[in-house]
Amino acid sequence: MGKLSTHSLVWAFVAVMLAFIYLPVVVLVLFSFQSGDLPVPPLDGPSLRWYQRAFANDRLTNSLWNSLLVGGLSAAAATLLGFLSAYGMFRRKPAAATAIRLLLIAPLMVSYLIIGVGLLIVFNTAGLGRSLFAVGIGHVVINLPLCYAIIYSQFGDHLCNIDNAAHDLGAGDLTTLHRVIAPVMLPAIIAAFCLSFTLSWDEFIISLLLSRFDVTLPVMTFELMRAGLTPEVNAAGTIVFAISFAMALVAAMATIFRPRRSR
Amino acid sequence: MRAYSAELRPPPEIVRWMVWPAVVFTVLFFVMPLIVMACVSFWDRQGSFMAGSWTVQNYVKFFTRDYLLTALVNSIEVTLITTIVSVLLAYPFAYVLAFQVPARWQKIILLIAVLPFWTSYVVRSYSWLLIVSDNGFLNRVLMGLGLISEPLKIAYTRSATILGFVHFFVMLLTLTIYANLAQISPSYIKAAQDLGASWLTVIRRIILPLSVPGVAVGAFLTFVITIGDYVTPQILGGNTEVLVPQAIMLQIVRTADFPMASVMSLVLMVLVVGVYLIFQRYLTMSRL
Repeated sequence: MGKLSTHSLVWAFVAVMLAFIYLPVVVLVLFSFQSGDLPVPPLDGPSLRWYQRAFANDRLTNSLWNSLLVGGLSAAAATLLGFLSAYGMFRRKPAAATAIRLLLIAPLMVSYLIIGVGLLIVFNTAGLGRSLFAVGIGHVVINLPLCYAIIYSQFGDHLCNIDNAAHDLGAGDLTTLHRVIAPVMLPAIIAAFCLSFTLSWDEFIISLLLSRFDVTLPVMTFELMRAGLTPEVNAAGTIVFAISFAMALVAAMATIFRPRRSR
Repeated sequence: MRAYSAELRPPPEIVRWMVWPAVVFTVLFFVMPLIVMACVSFWDRQGSFMAGSWTVQNYVKFFTRDYLLTALVNSIEVTLITTIVSVLLAYPFAYVLAFQVPARWQKIILLIAVLPFWTSYVVRSYSWLLIVSDNGFLNRVLMGLGLISEPLKIAYTRSATILGFVHFFVMLLTLTIYANLAQISPSYIKAAQDLGASWLTVIRRIILPLSVPGVAVGAFLTFVITIGDYVTPQILGGNTEVLVPQAIMLQIVRTADFPMASVMSLVLMVLVVGVYLIFQRYLTMSRL
């Protein structure tokens, strides 16, 4: 096979795979600008009609605020717990810490559905019932292991030296933590927060199980969908996508382009 | 495992204490619910009330009722097909990226290829429904081109469920397999070629065996997420067949049968742990 034909074959294959991966995103976004009543070809528009309709829908905008609230608070809680536990574990001898480490990352092994069912039973039994707060607890459960893992993986040997230096210069433990360790770890903390927010923002099954009236945006989208395919769902979906996309991008930036350490 | 420098001072009390909030939280809201669920699975449910006594009837019922066992069989079938198809699509893609595409393009294409990973899974399933429904994007385009005269029946079938899953896991597997392939030292490949191996032999004897961990990690994640997912089969598969997550939701929403929902959740967990034990030696979790 000639060099040129192999080359074009490779690019053709890459193009086909990317087309497959992007097909649903393109169809979703494209037909959110539909002016007709159905999100299928032919595309007549572009029009912002369905975005206006989506923003005028109180149930939809309420669920958007609920999602932002749950996402922001649960991501903050998961990041804080993850950072503290990573710092606490970083200075421990590995042998003593294995059990704790396994416990902290164990929720990664269990389906969201099972975590949701378990929490639903516990909240019901305890008489707390379903609420937006319960959803937030569920989201901290699924995000804490990731925050811990992301932040812990960034605690390297260079931090031992910085930590020791701060201590030798007379900084107390808490001063070292908030003046030295936290600023150095900021990229990992931002990445953990953004990732948690994105996962909470997109999460569906725990929210469906644990919320009653204050539903989140994915649950609301699911309910709208039951009425059939409308460009309004496309518009809502595009907004959901744009926000998760932006958060994922910030997380990627924070980890890939982190400031170079001086030698 | 990280190396610990000798001069590392022992952690003071306050730092040791910092791990406890996370531990307490995990025990309270992750371990305890699982224990409670295990207890509930042995509850005796008479009508819609709990009789307050213990029984193994729920487990007996699960393994003897056809419709419940069918859900398990369906779930395992869909999960296996998804995993196999995803690997078969993602492996060549990752391979081409790692060995055929010029180095400066590799990372960029990879980044572009995994971006839609961040679409919400409800929205993603909905988008696929737009594409494959009877008067959806695919059928309109194919009929417009005159390739088919009757719309293809894809929506609300197992094929649609698998399509939605495969789309998601091709991205994930491309990532894990590429990361693995990129780590294979080029000198192994050069050495084999110097010793007279053809490119096919290089693939078969060097690249494939060395990429097993990347495939294993990706395939394991695919299995775990697929078998526990409710959204994709519910939206794309409709109610033509029921998978375990849908069956669990039916128990909760329709009949509030928490003991049976617990039994099925535990069966799913045991299945995942079993698969983990099989894959264990390829999964390096030590960095965590």
